Amino acid sequence: MIPSAFDYARPSTVEEAVRTLAEAGEDAKVLAGGQSLLPVLRMRLAAPTMIVDLGRVPELRGVREDGDNLVIGAMTTHYDVARDHLVQDHASLIARATETVADPQVRHRGTFGGSLAHADPAGDLPAVALALGAVMVVEGPSGRREIPAADFFVDYFTTSLAPDELLVAVVIPKHTGWLSHYEKFNRVAQAWSIVAVGVSLQVSGGTIAGARVGLTNMASVPVRAVAVEQALIGQSAGADVLRAAAEHAAEGTSPGTDGNGDAEYRSQLARVLTGRALAIAVGG
Amino acid sequence: MTATAEPEVGKSRRRKEDARLITGRTRWTDNITLPGLLHMAILRSPVAHARITSIDVEAARSMPGVLAVVTGADLADEQGSLPCAWAITPDMKNPPHPSIAVDTVNYAGEAVAIVVARSSAEAHDALEAIDVDYDELPVVLDMEAAVADGAVLVHESLGTNKSALWVFDSAEAGTGGNVDEAIAAGEIVLERKFRQQRLIPAFMEPRSVLCDPTGEQVTLWSATQVPHILRLMLALTLGVPEHKVRVIAPDVGGGFGGKLQVTPEEILVFLLARRLGKPVKYTETRSEAMATAHHGRDQIQRLTLSATRDGTITGLKVDLLADMGAYLSLVTPGIPILGAFMFNAIYKIPAYRFSCTNVFTNKVMTDAYRGAGRPEATFAIERMMDELAAELGVDPLAIREKNWITHEEFPFTTVCGLTYDSGNYEAATEKAKQLFDYDGLRREQAERRERGDVVQLGIGISTFTEMCGLAPSRVLGSLSYGAGGWEHAAIRMLPSGKVEVVTGSSPHGQGHETAWSQIVADQLGVPFEDVEVLHGDTQSSHKGMDTYGSRSLTVGAIAVVKAGDKVIAKARKIAAHMLECSEDDLDFAQGRFSVRGTDKGTGITDIALAVFAAHDLPDGVEPSLDSEATFDPENFSFPHGTHLCAAEVDTETGRVTIRKYVCVDDVGKVVNPLIVEGQVHGGLAQGIAQALFEEAVHDENGTLTTGTFADYLLPSAADLPSFVTDRTETPSTTNPLGVKGVGEAGTIASTPAVVNAVVDSVRHMGIDDIEMPCTPFRVWGAIHGRDVDTGGSQAGGGLGSIEGGLQ
Repeated sequence: MIPSAFDYARPSTVEEAVRTLAEAGEDAKVLAGGQSLLPVLRMRLAAPTMIVDLGRVPELRGVREDGDNLVIGAMTTHYDVARDHLVQDHASLIARATETVADPQVRHRGTFGGSLAHADPAGDLPAVALALGAVMVVEGPSGRREIPAADFFVDYFTTSLAPDELLVAVVIPKHTGWLSHYEKFNRVAQAWSIVAVGVSLQVSGGTIAGARVGLTNMASVPVRAVAVEQALIGQSAGADVLRAAAEHAAEGTSPGTDGNGDAEYRSQLARVLTGRALAIAVGG
Repeated sequence: MTATAEPEVGKSRRRKEDARLITGRTRWTDNITLPGLLHMAILRSPVAHARITSIDVEAARSMPGVLAVVTGADLADEQGSLPCAWAITPDMKNPPHPSIAVDTVNYAGEAVAIVVARSSAEAHDALEAIDVDYDELPVVLDMEAAVADGAVLVHESLGTNKSALWVFDSAEAGTGGNVDEAIAAGEIVLERKFRQQRLIPAFMEPRSVLCDPTGEQVTLWSATQVPHILRLMLALTLGVPEHKVRVIAPDVGGGFGGKLQVTPEEILVFLLARRLGKPVKYTETRSEAMATAHHGRDQIQRLTLSATRDGTITGLKVDLLADMGAYLSLVTPGIPILGAFMFNAIYKIPAYRFSCTNVFTNKVMTDAYRGAGRPEATFAIERMMDELAAELGVDPLAIREKNWITHEEFPFTTVCGLTYDSGNYEAATEKAKQLFDYDGLRREQAERRERGDVVQLGIGISTFTEMCGLAPSRVLGSLSYGAGGWEHAAIRMLPSGKVEVVTGSSPHGQGHETAWSQIVADQLGVPFEDVEVLHGDTQSSHKGMDTYGSRSLTVGAIAVVKAGDKVIAKARKIAAHMLECSEDDLDFAQGRFSVRGTDKGTGITDIALAVFAAHDLPDGVEPSLDSEATFDPENFSFPHGTHLCAAEVDTETGRVTIRKYVCVDDVGKVVNPLIVEGQVHGGLAQGIAQALFEEAVHDENGTLTTGTFADYLLPSAADLPSFVTDRTETPSTTNPLGVKGVGEAGTIASTPAVVNAVVDSVRHMGIDDIEMPCTPFRVWGAIHGRDVDTGGSQAGGGLGSIEGGLQ
């Protein structure tokens, strides 16, 4: 199918991209990996007047260390994120979740930053970014600012990015040696999550020293399962503790209803999947 | 003489068409371009039922590149009514079916305006400039609501939503007893209601059509299963002389029945090309294919089965509601009727009554989809057999064995009056049981139940048969079908010894070129590589009934064999002349005529060259070996098989995982085992998909909410088990090759096997049915005693939710 006509710009620096975006006004759209935008354009559900393609901005790609943090360039593809050694060593939950995104073709085109900026509550990466305390680095005409993940996701497909701002990188505090698992529940392999749970645990001497739990598709925004985390921290990493903690998974969530499940079913899934994710993380 | 000693038939040859199909280096309709080609785009109704009060096309007419903007009113006098070839009853209600709506739209997606432009992009841009005002009418979507008193009517002028009532009663037909008496006397009487959800055929290549009106003949290329039927229907619908129309189906990328149709788009492209005097092409988008290409299934089935306490079935009564959609398309009304003869399946049922009410709703039309009526019937009876076994507390295999036709009883005339020529249900079942480890899995099931495992195990059975090879023209005539069921073929012997085979059975991915080449190579004793198969062009293949209903091998290939027999008979005369002997002294084997008792002989390819030269032929013999034949079988063929499915159900989440799937199919003699294997795998995937994944869902306004592959879930290899397939081989006795057909078997058999397994896994919790598709939400709801709503406007992530987010 054929999109409506639009102007097209392909900047080669962040500065040029920000300037182009600002000049284009509110009807401009940023093209990252295109895995969500292009279908929408082709079905003419959106008709932006300008597309700013970030595909040739080298500084937006790649993963680097910065002290106690990892910095993931917004245009790093899922494929590159999932196989990156820094991510595997210091933010394994990001790697586990990224491996489950869609199918290999999508993972080669889709990007980490694009997925976060798209803010689909059924997308896999917002919840794990939130769980690990990610900070979004955004740049606009008036310079750079940082937005904690908790303030970044505002509603369905809505972030606190201003129309003239660009997500350039994501800072993830290192969780070196943490045990992680992303338990995704969907109907066919390439489908979106009905519910998914990401857990990362720091276990030391059999005791849980740190716990991060993020829930996908349990509200209009990704949710951190704080009650589960609190029930884990300081406890021994035994089966009973994990199971009891998982019972708190649906607390504070507001899951929606669609053909794949209603709020009650999603709450049940959150509890079951949290229990399984914790068990796998500890066991693995 | 180059004939191979090893027979071609039975060889697992890779398909000769695969290289070009898999690499895409072939000619699909959408690849074809002609000088001055114009492009058509269609504006479709966003509402399911409305009067069109005005259409403003002025702005669109002045858009760049636009040559024509046309509405239904502009075409009302020339578009005719789309054909329905199957008037199942004399009083069947068949409302006029326009290719483009004139004043009323009756389903979402119906065409309301057309743009023809120099490029497809310009045509699509211009669609957005067309302004249509609709006066919306109430919609009727649910079949039970549609037949209730005071229902909203799809077609006001008909005064009803009922199109036809079709009944078969074995007592009236004299083929069996009175079912009401049987039920009244039944020691066991079971009543069940099943829903066959609506499915979308989802063929890989979207439909495409191109019409070139500039020659003496108008040439129409179309991604269709039925080029020959299309040509005739163009003539009948539009009143154009048949001999002035040529239809070409080039390589076609799948159909599953979804391209067994004469489409509005074919008519509209033809009309616009003729009006503009220039070639016009239209290729649908995937979204258009999902919403407007005909759908399949969609029945509500009520069954009553009576039996004695020892498990012998005494009667079966079937009442169907079948959703036609808003109009009747090519064979829409006949699809559920094809199932009428299959509810009795492989069982000796003494009394049977079938009634089907065809119902109009404000949805896109239903029509043929892989299996067409027979999967629906097989599902219902195989579910009932499990229910009967559960009621009696016996093994579901034992209840089947008690009622099935034993192999000594063939030929067997069923309660419907069909004569099954051959079969061996015992052999297929025994083989399947062994491969499956039936007894071992039953033990595991008991253990899991005993310890209350989170993951429960269920075993599902489907012992099925089907009627294939549509087929005997007199039977089709007795069902008021509008055409015969014969097939045509021709063989052309080229002077250099190569062979051209022309088939009327136009493939769309099945592998006819390979299979026909194998058959002809053996028959004429020529190398496989020396056979070329021509098809899909009414100019080269001038006569045919096309491909559907697993008919190609059982009907089309038999026509090829008959033509080959004629080639050999002609060659024999000439060989006798060349070898100066009597025809009776000649043996023909491996491409060579030999004079019995001597070392003299000549090859058929040498004869082909001699015929070309024609210097020395016997008196009165024409210089040609070329021959053609039209075959009309006496009977259907009846493939059968036993499918066993082990499914694990996660009771905490409702997820169903197929642990093991074994099928033993008996499709008669096999020409190419690799092709058969491929057909079975694809069929299983499609049948399992109905059981677990696929469903066309409409919201309360009649909008399809599963309009993309993000919401209409097709399983991939990652979602399916590794299939264990095997065969028994009981040749059909109704054709000389002993073949039965395999195109639909996997689809027909697998759906009930899977659902039976799912229900079996949770039956001890008091569950005796779960509606299809058995989604995790539905299964969990059943386990926890909750009604779950899986319909309405929804989309679990995907493009639907993207759309929501943009508003």
